[in-house]
Amino acid sequence: MIPIKTCQELDKMQRGGRTLAKIMAELAAMVSAGVTTKEIDEKAGELIRSFGATSAFKGYHGYPADACVSVNEEVVHGIPGRRRLKEGDIVSVDIGIRQEGLFLDMAQTFPVGRIDAMRRRLIETAKGALEEAIKIFKHGNRLVDISRAVQVHVETRGFSVVRDFVGHGIGRALHEEPQIPNYVTKGESPLLETGMVFAIEPMINAGSWEVKVLDDGWTAVTRDKQPSAHFEHTVALTDKGPVVLTQ
Amino acid sequence: MAKEEAIEVEGVITESLPNAMFRVELENGHKILAHVSGKIRMNFIRILPGDKVRVELSPYDLSRGRITFRNK
Repeated sequence: MIPIKTCQELDKMQRGGRTLAKIMAELAAMVSAGVTTKEIDEKAGELIRSFGATSAFKGYHGYPADACVSVNEEVVHGIPGRRRLKEGDIVSVDIGIRQEGLFLDMAQTFPVGRIDAMRRRLIETAKGALEEAIKIFKHGNRLVDISRAVQVHVETRGFSVVRDFVGHGIGRALHEEPQIPNYVTKGESPLLETGMVFAIEPMINAGSWEVKVLDDGWTAVTRDKQPSAHFEHTVALTDKGPVVLTQ
Repeated sequence: MAKEEAIEVEGVITESLPNAMFRVELENGHKILAHVSGKIRMNFIRILPGDKVRVELSPYDLSRGRITFRNK
């Protein structure tokens, strides 16, 4: 069963989403050459606590940090460390918080200084795919329509969508039903209804879609070492259509 | 999040309920409520108490399942 949120829960999540968007904006401002991923994580932790929220990631199945910071070929779940950003890199920052008892999840990929045309197009495509998916998140459509919107947007632009990671329902827990693949899957697909809240997150690769998880048990990288981009919003479906909570 | 596949287990039908729902006792002793997959319904496969079936469980809710195959 896909959990349906009440109006009260949606109000709380709206507030939580605004908080998270502010945190993300502050982190966006500190992305520059010379900064380590650890420094971004520390700043994220500080900001999360300053808003009276808690990190949804820290301790989740033993995850050791407040944020996920993934550089270039790292797709998702990059554990922040001593890696220093340099001009031309792209870096994905993924943060989940818990505020007023409810969960919010958001990710963005940022350029570090000047980046080449391919990386710029990769970021634009990932962002565009998320925007397309949000438009499709409305009454009368099915879950698979969201997946299709992402896949079509990405593959027509010559990039590929990651198969091993998916979007998810969110709210009372960080990960709820349903799973939201970024590619079309076979089988039954539920109708979209008011009160559903989804974390939609296209993860796209410049090369092939294949990824592997490093020995640290978390960091997912592309097998062909080509760069990868990731955008995510927590979106609620209301009577008036989709509402992006994390903005 | 990492993609999670449905968990497949074997069980025995213990009771037939209205609405094409069944109570299934799994190999591990758990009793769950299961509905019949569309494919089984389309091919008009009768499922009766005592039949051995394959059930798919969602990783989120282990008390409900989906019957995907009836063993002969």
